[in-house]
Amino acid sequence: MLDIRGLSSGYHKIPIIFGVSFQVAAGEFVGILGHNGMGKTTLLRTIVGQLPATAGAIRFAGSDIAHAPTHRRARLGLGYVPQGRQIFPGLSVLDNMRMAAASAGLGDSVLDGVLDALPRLRSILGRPGGVLSGGEQQILALARCLCAEPKLILLDEPTEGIQPSIIEEIIEILQRLKGERGVTIVLVEQNLDFIRRLSDRVLIIQKGRMTGEIPPDHLGDDELVAEFVGMSAH
Amino acid sequence: MDYLVILLLQIGSAVASLVLMSIGLAVIFGMMRVINLAHGEFLMLGGYAAITAFNHGVNLWLAMVVVAPLAVGLFGAVVERLVIRHLYGRLIDTMLATWGLSLAMIGFVTVVFGNTVSGISAPLGSLSIGAYRTGAYEIFLIGVAVLLLVAGWLVLRFTRYGLIARGTMQNPAMAAALGTNPSAVYAVTFAVGSALSGLAGGLLAPLSGVVPTIGAAYIAKAFITVISGGAAILSGTAIAATLLGAINTLATFAFTSVLGEVALLVAAVVLLRLLPQGITGRFFRRAL
Repeated sequence: MLDIRGLSSGYHKIPIIFGVSFQVAAGEFVGILGHNGMGKTTLLRTIVGQLPATAGAIRFAGSDIAHAPTHRRARLGLGYVPQGRQIFPGLSVLDNMRMAAASAGLGDSVLDGVLDALPRLRSILGRPGGVLSGGEQQILALARCLCAEPKLILLDEPTEGIQPSIIEEIIEILQRLKGERGVTIVLVEQNLDFIRRLSDRVLIIQKGRMTGEIPPDHLGDDELVAEFVGMSAH
Repeated sequence: MDYLVILLLQIGSAVASLVLMSIGLAVIFGMMRVINLAHGEFLMLGGYAAITAFNHGVNLWLAMVVVAPLAVGLFGAVVERLVIRHLYGRLIDTMLATWGLSLAMIGFVTVVFGNTVSGISAPLGSLSIGAYRTGAYEIFLIGVAVLLLVAGWLVLRFTRYGLIARGTMQNPAMAAALGTNPSAVYAVTFAVGSALSGLAGGLLAPLSGVVPTIGAAYIAKAFITVISGGAAILSGTAIAATLLGAINTLATFAFTSVLGEVALLVAAVVLLRLLPQGITGRFFRRAL
Protein backbone atom coordinates (compact mmCIF):
# COMPACT_ATOMS: atom_id res chain seq x y z
CA MET A 1 0.00 0.00 0.00
CA LEU A 2 2.75 2.43 0.99
CA ASP A 3 6.28 1.96 -0.26
CA ILE A 4 8.93 4.47 0.76
CA ARG A 5 12.47 4.22 -0.57
CA GLY A 6 15.49 6.37 0.21
CA LEU A 7 13.34 9.30 1.32
CA SER A 8 15.18 12.46 2.42
CA SER A 9 13.75 15.82 3.41
CA GLY A 10 14.06 18.70 5.83
CA TYR A 11 13.21 22.32 6.45
CA HIS A 12 14.69 24.66 3.86
CA LYS A 13 18.38 23.76 3.70
CA ILE A 14 18.48 21.83 6.97
CA PRO A 15 18.20 18.09 6.31
CA ILE A 16 16.22 16.11 8.90
CA ILE A 17 15.39 12.79 7.22
CA PHE A 18 18.17 10.76 5.59
CA GLY A 19 17.26 8.00 3.14
CA VAL A 20 14.36 6.44 5.04
CA SER A 21 12.87 3.25 3.56
CA PHE A 22 9.92 1.18 4.76
CA GLN A 23 6.87 -0.59 3.45
CA VAL A 24 3.34 -0.88 4.80
CA ALA A 25 0.98 -3.61 3.58
CA ALA A 26 -2.78 -3.15 3.26
CA GLY A 27 -4.53 -3.66 6.59
CA GLU A 28 -1.32 -3.39 8.57
CA PHE A 29 -0.84 -1.24 11.70
CA VAL A 30 2.77 -0.02 11.74
CA GLY A 31 4.22 1.95 14.62
CA ILE A 32 7.24 4.23 14.28
CA LEU A 33 8.88 4.88 17.63
CA GLY A 34 11.32 7.67 18.36
CA HIS A 35 12.17 10.46 20.78
CA ASN A 36 11.43 14.13 20.22
CA GLY A 37 13.49 15.64 17.41
CA MET A 38 14.24 12.32 15.68
CA GLY A 39 12.30 13.32 12.58
CA LYS A 40 8.94 11.59 13.13
CA THR A 41 6.78 14.58 12.27
CA THR A 42 9.08 15.61 9.41
CA LEU A 43 8.72 12.11 7.95
CA LEU A 44 4.91 12.25 8.04
CA ARG A 45 4.75 15.79 6.70
CA THR A 46 6.96 14.72 3.80
CA ILE A 47 4.70 11.75 3.04
CA VAL A 48 1.63 14.03 3.14
CA GLY A 49 3.35 16.61 0.93
CA GLN A 50 3.62 19.53 3.32
CA LEU A 51 7.41 19.33 3.02
CA PRO A 52 9.18 18.61 -0.28
CA ALA A 53 11.13 15.37 -0.63
CA THR A 54 14.74 16.14 -1.55
CA ALA A 55 15.44 12.54 -2.60
CA GLY A 56 13.73 9.18 -2.78
CA ALA A 57 10.39 7.77 -3.85
CA ILE A 58 6.96 7.50 -2.22
CA ARG A 59 4.62 5.00 -3.84
CA PHE A 60 1.07 4.96 -2.53
CA ALA A 61 -1.82 2.85 -3.82
CA GLY A 62 0.05 2.15 -7.04
CA SER A 63 1.20 5.65 -7.99
CA ASP A 64 4.36 7.65 -7.34
CA ILE A 65 3.30 10.61 -5.21
CA ALA A 66 6.69 11.98 -4.15
CA HIS A 67 6.11 15.20 -6.09
CA ALA A 68 2.31 15.35 -6.20
CA PRO A 69 0.64 18.28 -4.42
CA THR A 70 -0.82 17.60 -0.97
CA HIS A 71 -4.47 17.72 -2.01
CA ARG A 72 -3.92 15.14 -4.76
CA ARG A 73 -2.30 12.73 -2.29
CA ALA A 74 -5.29 13.20 0.00
CA ARG A 75 -7.67 12.48 -2.88
CA LEU A 76 -5.81 9.22 -3.53
CA GLY A 77 -6.81 8.12 -0.02
CA LEU A 78 -3.99 9.34 2.18
CA GLY A 79 -5.43 10.43 5.54
CA TYR A 80 -3.54 12.61 8.00
CA VAL A 81 -4.10 13.29 11.70
CA PRO A 82 -1.41 15.90 12.35
CA GLN A 83 0.52 16.79 15.45
CA GLY A 84 -1.38 19.42 17.41
CA ARG A 85 -4.61 18.20 15.77
CA GLN A 86 -5.01 21.28 13.53
CA ILE A 87 -8.75 21.48 14.11
CA PHE A 88 -10.44 24.36 12.25
CA PRO A 89 -11.06 26.58 15.30
CA GLY A 90 -13.94 28.62 13.92
CA LEU A 91 -15.86 25.68 12.48
CA SER A 92 -18.21 23.62 14.62
CA VAL A 93 -17.45 19.95 15.28
CA LEU A 94 -20.02 19.05 12.63
CA ASP A 95 -18.57 21.52 10.12
CA ASN A 96 -15.04 20.24 10.74
CA MET A 97 -16.31 16.82 9.68
CA ARG A 98 -18.39 18.18 6.78
CA MET A 99 -15.32 20.12 5.59
CA ALA A 100 -13.37 16.85 5.40
CA ALA A 101 -16.15 15.06 3.50
CA ALA A 102 -16.55 18.01 1.10
CA SER A 103 -12.78 18.26 0.54
CA ALA A 104 -12.71 14.58 -0.39
CA GLY A 105 -15.61 15.09 -2.80
CA LEU A 106 -17.98 13.05 -0.62
CA GLY A 107 -21.45 13.90 0.63
CA ASP A 108 -22.57 14.38 4.23
CA SER A 109 -23.86 10.79 4.22
CA VAL A 110 -20.44 9.52 5.39
CA LEU A 111 -20.82 11.42 8.67
CA ASP A 112 -23.31 9.02 10.24
CA GLY A 113 -21.00 6.05 9.98
CA VAL A 114 -18.13 8.01 11.52
CA LEU A 115 -20.32 9.26 14.37
CA ASP A 116 -21.41 5.69 15.05
CA ALA A 117 -17.75 4.80 15.47
CA LEU A 118 -17.05 7.89 17.63
CA PRO A 119 -20.31 8.48 19.54
CA ARG A 120 -18.67 10.88 22.02
CA LEU A 121 -18.82 13.60 19.37
CA ARG A 122 -22.62 13.42 18.97
CA SER A 123 -23.28 15.55 22.04
CA ILE A 124 -20.86 18.33 21.02
CA LEU A 125 -21.61 18.63 17.29
CA GLY A 126 -22.52 22.32 17.53
CA ARG A 127 -19.50 23.48 19.56
CA PRO A 128 -16.70 25.41 17.81
CA GLY A 129 -13.57 23.30 17.30
CA GLY A 130 -11.43 25.91 19.04
CA VAL A 131 -13.06 25.52 22.48
CA LEU A 132 -12.80 21.73 22.75
CA SER A 133 -10.46 20.02 25.21
CA GLY A 134 -7.30 18.41 23.85
CA GLY A 135 -8.85 14.95 24.06
CA GLU A 136 -12.04 15.99 22.28
CA GLN A 137 -9.96 17.68 19.59
CA GLN A 138 -7.91 14.52 19.13
CA ILE A 139 -11.03 12.40 18.66
CA LEU A 140 -12.44 15.04 16.30
CA ALA A 141 -9.19 15.04 14.30
CA LEU A 142 -9.55 11.28 13.90
CA ALA A 143 -13.24 11.62 12.99
CA ARG A 144 -12.42 14.33 10.46
CA CYS A 145 -9.82 12.10 8.89
CA LEU A 146 -12.30 9.20 8.66
CA CYS A 147 -14.89 11.44 6.95
CA ALA A 148 -12.63 11.53 3.89
CA GLU A 149 -12.73 7.69 3.82
CA PRO A 150 -8.94 7.25 3.60
CA LYS A 151 -7.22 4.02 2.61
CA LEU A 152 -4.30 4.77 4.89
CA ILE A 153 -4.14 6.98 7.98
CA LEU A 154 -0.98 8.71 9.18
CA LEU A 155 -1.28 9.40 12.91
CA ASP A 156 1.15 11.86 14.48
CA GLU A 157 1.50 11.51 18.28
CA PRO A 158 -2.18 11.22 19.18
CA THR A 159 -1.32 10.93 22.90
CA GLU A 160 0.54 14.23 23.12
CA GLY A 161 -0.96 16.36 25.88
CA ILE A 162 -3.97 14.06 26.31
CA GLN A 163 -5.28 12.84 29.67
CA PRO A 164 -4.89 9.08 30.36
CA SER A 165 -8.62 8.24 30.30
CA ILE A 166 -8.91 9.63 26.76
CA ILE A 167 -5.76 7.77 25.72
CA GLU A 168 -7.52 4.54 26.73
CA GLU A 169 -10.52 5.60 24.67
CA ILE A 170 -8.33 6.36 21.65
CA ILE A 171 -6.71 2.94 21.95
CA GLU A 172 -10.15 1.28 21.92
CA ILE A 173 -11.24 3.35 18.93
CA LEU A 174 -8.11 2.49 16.95
CA GLN A 175 -8.36 -1.21 17.83
CA ARG A 176 -11.95 -1.22 16.61
CA LEU A 177 -11.00 0.61 13.39
CA LYS A 178 -8.28 -1.90 12.77
CA GLY A 179 -10.55 -4.85 13.44
CA GLU A 180 -13.81 -3.74 11.83
CA ARG A 181 -12.83 -1.44 8.98
CA GLY A 182 -9.48 -2.94 8.09
CA VAL A 183 -7.95 0.55 7.80
CA THR A 184 -4.20 0.68 7.25
CA ILE A 185 -2.50 2.86 9.85
CA VAL A 186 0.98 4.32 10.34
CA LEU A 187 1.42 5.67 13.87
CA VAL A 188 4.39 7.72 15.04
CA GLU A 189 4.74 7.99 18.80
CA GLN A 190 7.12 8.26 21.70
CA ASN A 191 4.61 6.69 24.11
CA LEU A 192 5.96 3.14 24.18
CA ASP A 193 2.96 1.57 25.91
CA PHE A 194 0.51 3.13 23.44
CA ILE A 195 2.46 2.06 20.36
CA ARG A 196 3.03 -1.45 21.70
CA ARG A 197 -0.64 -2.11 22.36
CA LEU A 198 -1.70 -1.17 18.83
CA SER A 199 1.07 -1.96 16.37
CA ASP A 200 1.61 -5.16 14.40
CA ARG A 201 5.28 -4.23 14.16
CA VAL A 202 7.33 -1.28 15.37
CA LEU A 203 10.07 0.57 13.48
CA ILE A 204 12.63 2.67 15.30
CA ILE A 205 13.62 6.10 14.02
CA GLN A 206 16.76 7.78 15.35
CA LYS A 207 18.28 11.02 14.08
CA GLY A 208 16.36 10.84 10.83
CA ARG A 209 17.26 7.23 10.01
CA MET A 210 15.39 3.95 10.45
CA THR A 211 17.66 2.04 12.82
CA GLY A 212 15.74 -1.11 13.55
CA GLU A 213 12.54 -3.06 13.77
CA ILE A 214 11.03 -4.77 16.78
CA PRO A 215 9.34 -7.94 15.60
CA PRO A 216 5.76 -8.43 16.81
CA ASP A 217 6.51 -11.35 19.13
CA HIS A 218 9.13 -9.32 21.00
CA LEU A 219 6.95 -6.28 21.67
CA GLY A 220 6.07 -7.64 25.10
CA ASP A 221 9.71 -8.10 26.07
CA ASP A 222 10.58 -4.93 28.00
CA GLU A 223 14.31 -5.45 28.11
CA LEU A 224 14.62 -6.20 24.43
CA VAL A 225 12.47 -3.21 23.52
CA ALA A 226 14.54 -0.96 25.77
CA GLU A 227 17.66 -2.20 24.07
CA PHE A 228 16.26 -1.42 20.62
CA VAL A 229 15.03 2.02 21.51
CA GLY A 230 17.73 3.03 23.91
CA MET A 231 15.14 4.16 26.39
CA SER A 232 13.59 2.56 29.41
CA ALA A 233 10.15 1.07 29.15
CA HIS A 234 7.83 2.40 31.80
CA MET B 1 -39.86 64.31 11.52
CA ASP B 2 -39.19 64.63 7.78
CA TYR B 3 -35.77 65.94 8.61
CA LEU B 4 -35.11 62.85 10.71
CA VAL B 5 -36.21 60.52 7.91
CA ILE B 6 -33.95 62.31 5.46
CA LEU B 7 -31.08 62.17 7.92
CA LEU B 8 -31.58 58.42 8.42
CA LEU B 9 -31.76 57.87 4.66
CA GLN B 10 -28.56 59.86 4.21
CA ILE B 11 -26.86 57.75 6.85
CA GLY B 12 -28.17 54.58 5.21
CA SER B 13 -26.90 55.79 1.87
CA ALA B 14 -23.43 56.58 3.26
CA VAL B 15 -23.28 53.18 4.96
CA ALA B 16 -24.38 51.44 1.76
CA SER B 17 -21.66 53.23 -0.23
CA LEU B 18 -19.02 52.12 2.27
CA VAL B 19 -20.30 48.53 2.19
CA LEU B 20 -20.27 48.49 -1.61
CA MET B 21 -16.80 50.08 -1.80
CA SER B 22 -15.25 47.66 0.65
CA ILE B 23 -17.03 44.30 0.24
CA GLY B 24 -14.77 43.08 -2.57
CA LEU B 25 -11.67 44.10 -0.64
CA ALA B 26 -13.06 42.48 2.52
CA VAL B 27 -13.54 39.16 0.73
CA ILE B 28 -10.06 39.18 -0.79
CA PHE B 29 -8.22 40.48 2.29
CA GLY B 30 -10.31 38.55 4.80
CA MET B 31 -10.13 35.19 3.07
CA MET B 32 -6.69 35.33 1.48
CA ARG B 33 -4.74 37.93 3.50
CA VAL B 34 -3.87 39.52 0.16
CA ILE B 35 -3.73 43.33 0.23
CA ASN B 36 -4.94 44.42 -3.18
CA LEU B 37 -3.74 48.00 -3.64
CA ALA B 38 -5.43 48.00 -7.06
CA HIS B 39 -8.82 47.61 -5.37
CA GLY B 40 -9.82 51.19 -6.17
CA GLU B 41 -8.96 50.61 -9.82
CA PHE B 42 -11.09 47.45 -9.85
CA LEU B 43 -14.02 49.68 -8.83
CA MET B 44 -13.00 52.21 -11.48
CA LEU B 45 -12.93 49.44 -14.09
CA GLY B 46 -16.43 48.36 -13.03
CA GLY B 47 -17.63 51.92 -13.55
CA TYR B 48 -16.10 52.12 -17.03
CA ALA B 49 -17.44 48.66 -17.94
CA ALA B 50 -20.97 49.75 -17.00
CA ILE B 51 -20.78 53.12 -18.78
CA THR B 52 -19.18 51.67 -21.91
CA ALA B 53 -21.79 48.91 -22.14
CA PHE B 54 -24.57 51.45 -21.59
CA ASN B 55 -23.18 53.74 -24.30
CA HIS B 56 -23.19 50.77 -26.68
CA GLY B 57 -26.88 50.26 -26.18
CA VAL B 58 -26.96 47.79 -23.28
CA ASN B 59 -29.78 48.32 -20.80
CA LEU B 60 -28.46 50.39 -17.88
CA TRP B 61 -29.44 47.85 -15.19
CA LEU B 62 -27.90 45.01 -17.18
CA ALA B 63 -24.74 47.10 -17.67
CA MET B 64 -24.39 47.80 -13.94
CA VAL B 65 -25.52 44.50 -12.45
CA VAL B 66 -24.27 41.98 -15.04
CA VAL B 67 -21.65 43.48 -17.36
CA ALA B 68 -19.60 45.31 -14.70
CA PRO B 69 -19.18 42.35 -12.25
CA LEU B 70 -18.59 39.91 -15.09
CA ALA B 71 -15.91 42.08 -16.74
CA VAL B 72 -14.05 42.83 -13.51
CA GLY B 73 -14.48 39.24 -12.24
CA LEU B 74 -12.82 37.92 -15.41
CA PHE B 75 -10.11 40.57 -15.15
CA GLY B 76 -9.53 39.54 -11.53
CA ALA B 77 -9.26 35.86 -12.51
CA VAL B 78 -6.55 36.76 -15.03
CA VAL B 79 -4.70 38.95 -12.50
CA GLU B 80 -4.83 36.14 -9.92
CA ARG B 81 -3.34 33.66 -12.36
CA LEU B 82 -0.64 35.97 -13.73
CA VAL B 83 0.38 37.94 -10.63
CA ILE B 84 -1.22 37.13 -7.26
CA ARG B 85 -0.77 33.35 -7.43
CA HIS B 86 3.00 33.69 -7.52
CA LEU B 87 3.10 35.94 -4.48
CA TYR B 88 0.96 34.16 -1.85
CA GLY B 89 2.33 34.68 1.64
CA ARG B 90 4.55 37.54 0.48
CA LEU B 91 2.65 40.54 1.77
CA ILE B 92 5.04 43.31 0.73
CA ASP B 93 5.64 41.83 -2.73
CA THR B 94 1.88 41.54 -3.30
CA MET B 95 1.35 45.16 -2.26
CA LEU B 96 4.10 46.32 -4.60
CA ALA B 97 2.77 44.24 -7.50
CA THR B 98 -0.83 45.38 -7.05
CA TRP B 99 0.29 49.00 -6.67
CA GLY B 100 2.11 48.64 -9.98
CA LEU B 101 -1.03 47.10 -11.42
CA SER B 102 -3.10 50.05 -10.22
CA LEU B 103 -0.75 52.54 -11.93
CA ALA B 104 -0.84 50.48 -15.12
CA MET B 105 -4.64 50.35 -15.05
CA ILE B 106 -4.91 54.11 -14.53
CA GLY B 107 -2.53 54.69 -17.43
CA PHE B 108 -4.27 52.23 -19.72
CA VAL B 109 -7.77 53.55 -19.00
CA THR B 110 -6.56 57.15 -19.48
CA VAL B 111 -5.18 56.21 -22.92
CA VAL B 112 -8.41 54.49 -23.96
CA PHE B 113 -11.07 56.75 -22.43
CA GLY B 114 -9.20 60.01 -21.90
CA ASN B 115 -8.67 61.89 -18.67
CA THR B 116 -12.21 63.26 -18.44
CA VAL B 117 -15.15 62.52 -16.22
CA SER B 118 -17.72 60.25 -17.84
CA GLY B 119 -21.10 59.85 -16.27
CA ILE B 120 -24.55 58.44 -16.52
CA SER B 121 -27.49 59.98 -14.77
CA ALA B 122 -28.91 58.02 -11.88
CA PRO B 123 -32.07 56.12 -12.77
CA LEU B 124 -35.30 55.96 -10.72
CA GLY B 125 -35.73 59.72 -10.36
CA SER B 126 -36.36 61.27 -6.97
CA LEU B 127 -38.63 60.90 -4.00
CA SER B 128 -40.16 63.65 -1.92
CA ILE B 129 -40.40 63.30 1.81
CA GLY B 130 -42.25 66.29 3.22
CA ALA B 131 -40.37 69.36 2.14
CA TYR B 132 -37.28 67.39 1.19
CA ARG B 133 -36.32 65.42 -1.88
CA THR B 134 -33.90 62.51 -2.15
CA GLY B 135 -32.76 60.24 -4.98
CA ALA B 136 -34.66 56.96 -5.17
CA TYR B 137 -31.54 55.34 -6.58
CA GLU B 138 -29.73 55.94 -3.29
CA ILE B 139 -32.45 54.03 -1.47
CA PHE B 140 -32.08 51.26 -4.05
CA LEU B 141 -28.35 51.06 -3.21
CA ILE B 142 -29.17 50.61 0.48
CA GLY B 143 -31.24 47.58 -0.53
CA VAL B 144 -28.40 46.23 -2.69
CA ALA B 145 -25.89 46.57 0.16
CA VAL B 146 -28.18 44.69 2.55
CA LEU B 147 -28.86 42.04 -0.09
CA LEU B 148 -25.13 41.53 -0.74
CA LEU B 149 -24.37 41.09 2.95
CA VAL B 150 -27.24 38.65 3.46
CA ALA B 151 -26.40 36.70 0.31
CA GLY B 152 -22.73 36.54 1.33
CA TRP B 153 -23.70 35.25 4.75
CA LEU B 154 -25.98 32.60 3.26
CA VAL B 155 -23.26 31.42 0.87
CA LEU B 156 -20.60 31.21 3.59
CA ARG B 157 -22.92 29.62 6.12
CA PHE B 158 -24.93 27.15 4.07
CA THR B 159 -23.14 26.16 0.87
CA ARG B 160 -20.43 23.61 0.24
CA TYR B 161 -18.22 26.28 -1.30
CA GLY B 162 -18.73 28.49 1.75
CA LEU B 163 -17.71 25.68 4.08
CA ILE B 164 -14.59 24.87 2.06
CA ALA B 165 -13.70 28.57 1.81
CA ARG B 166 -14.04 29.06 5.59
CA GLY B 167 -11.98 25.96 6.35
CA THR B 168 -9.27 26.93 3.86
CA MET B 169 -9.15 30.44 5.29
CA GLN B 170 -8.60 29.07 8.81
CA ASN B 171 -5.95 26.49 7.95
CA PRO B 172 -4.93 26.09 4.30
CA ALA B 173 -2.34 23.37 5.01
CA MET B 174 -4.91 21.21 6.79
CA ALA B 175 -7.52 21.85 4.10
CA ALA B 176 -5.01 20.58 1.53
CA ALA B 177 -4.31 17.49 3.64
CA LEU B 178 -8.04 16.73 3.47
CA GLY B 179 -8.15 16.99 -0.33
CA THR B 180 -9.06 20.64 -0.98
CA ASN B 181 -6.82 22.48 -3.43
CA PRO B 182 -6.20 25.82 -1.68
CA SER B 183 -5.01 27.59 -4.81
CA ALA B 184 -8.28 26.71 -6.57
CA VAL B 185 -10.20 28.14 -3.59
CA TYR B 186 -8.07 31.28 -3.71
CA ALA B 187 -8.59 31.66 -7.45
CA VAL B 188 -12.38 31.48 -7.08
CA THR B 189 -12.31 33.78 -4.04
CA PHE B 190 -10.21 36.39 -5.83
CA ALA B 191 -12.51 36.29 -8.86
CA VAL B 192 -15.61 36.62 -6.64
CA GLY B 193 -14.03 39.52 -4.72
CA SER B 194 -13.14 41.20 -8.03
CA ALA B 195 -16.66 40.69 -9.36
CA LEU B 196 -18.09 42.29 -6.20
CA SER B 197 -15.77 45.27 -6.73
CA GLY B 198 -16.92 45.46 -10.35
CA LEU B 199 -20.56 45.41 -9.27
CA ALA B 200 -19.90 48.15 -6.73
CA GLY B 201 -18.02 50.24 -9.30
CA GLY B 202 -20.90 49.86 -11.76
CA LEU B 203 -23.56 50.74 -9.20
CA LEU B 204 -21.67 53.75 -7.82
CA ALA B 205 -20.86 55.16 -11.28
CA PRO B 206 -24.17 57.07 -11.66
CA LEU B 207 -23.59 58.81 -8.32
CA SER B 208 -19.91 59.68 -8.58
CA GLY B 209 -19.16 59.55 -12.29
CA VAL B 210 -15.92 57.91 -13.37
CA VAL B 211 -12.46 59.23 -14.15
CA PRO B 212 -9.36 57.05 -14.46
CA THR B 213 -8.09 58.28 -11.08
CA ILE B 214 -11.30 57.72 -9.13
CA GLY B 215 -9.80 54.62 -7.49
CA ALA B 216 -7.81 56.83 -5.12
CA ALA B 217 -11.07 58.17 -3.70
CA TYR B 218 -12.41 54.66 -3.11
CA ILE B 219 -9.42 52.78 -1.80
CA ALA B 220 -8.75 54.80 1.36
CA LYS B 221 -12.32 54.45 2.61
CA ALA B 222 -12.44 50.79 1.60
CA PHE B 223 -9.27 49.99 3.53
CA ILE B 224 -10.37 51.98 6.57
CA THR B 225 -13.69 50.11 6.64
CA VAL B 226 -12.15 46.65 6.20
CA ILE B 227 -9.36 47.18 8.75
CA SER B 228 -11.77 48.71 11.28
CA GLY B 229 -14.12 45.78 10.74
CA GLY B 230 -11.56 43.18 11.70
CA ALA B 231 -11.49 39.45 11.09
CA ALA B 232 -15.16 38.78 10.38
CA ILE B 233 -15.58 39.55 6.68
CA LEU B 234 -19.28 40.34 6.51
CA SER B 235 -20.33 41.44 9.98
CA GLY B 236 -17.06 43.34 10.43
CA THR B 237 -17.61 45.26 7.21
CA ALA B 238 -21.27 45.88 8.07
CA ILE B 239 -20.56 47.16 11.59
CA ALA B 240 -17.59 49.32 10.57
CA ALA B 241 -19.49 50.76 7.60
CA THR B 242 -22.48 51.58 9.83
CA LEU B 243 -20.34 53.28 12.45
CA LEU B 244 -18.15 55.24 10.03
CA GLY B 245 -21.03 56.05 7.67
CA ALA B 246 -23.13 57.42 10.53
CA ILE B 247 -20.27 59.55 11.89
CA ASN B 248 -19.50 60.87 8.40
CA THR B 249 -23.11 61.83 7.70
CA LEU B 250 -23.78 63.37 11.09
CA ALA B 251 -20.64 65.50 10.90
CA THR B 252 -21.55 66.51 7.36
CA PHE B 253 -25.02 67.59 8.48
CA ALA B 254 -23.68 69.46 11.49
CA PHE B 255 -20.73 71.12 9.78
CA THR B 256 -19.58 70.61 6.18
CA SER B 257 -18.84 67.61 4.01
CA VAL B 258 -15.10 68.19 4.40
CA LEU B 259 -15.43 67.96 8.16
CA GLY B 260 -17.57 64.84 7.60
CA GLU B 261 -14.61 63.17 5.90
CA VAL B 262 -12.29 64.37 8.65
CA ALA B 263 -14.63 62.97 11.31
CA LEU B 264 -14.64 59.59 9.52
CA LEU B 265 -10.85 59.45 9.49
CA VAL B 266 -10.53 60.57 13.12
CA ALA B 267 -13.10 57.98 14.18
CA ALA B 268 -11.15 55.25 12.35
CA VAL B 269 -7.87 56.32 13.95
CA VAL B 270 -9.38 56.35 17.46
CA LEU B 271 -11.12 53.02 16.81
CA LEU B 272 -7.94 51.29 15.68
CA ARG B 273 -6.01 52.79 18.60
CA LEU B 274 -8.54 51.21 20.99
CA LEU B 275 -9.19 48.02 18.99
CA PRO B 276 -6.07 47.24 16.95
CA GLN B 277 -7.61 43.98 15.72
CA GLY B 278 -10.70 45.80 14.47
CA ILE B 279 -14.20 45.62 15.89
CA THR B 280 -14.68 41.89 15.29
CA GLY B 281 -11.20 41.19 16.64
CA ARG B 282 -12.72 42.08 20.03
CA PHE B 283 -16.48 41.59 19.75
CA PHE B 284 -18.57 39.02 17.81
CA ARG B 285 -15.47 36.93 17.29
CA ARG B 286 -17.30 33.88 16.00
CA ALA B 287 -19.28 35.86 13.45
CA LEU B 288 -18.70 35.50 9.72
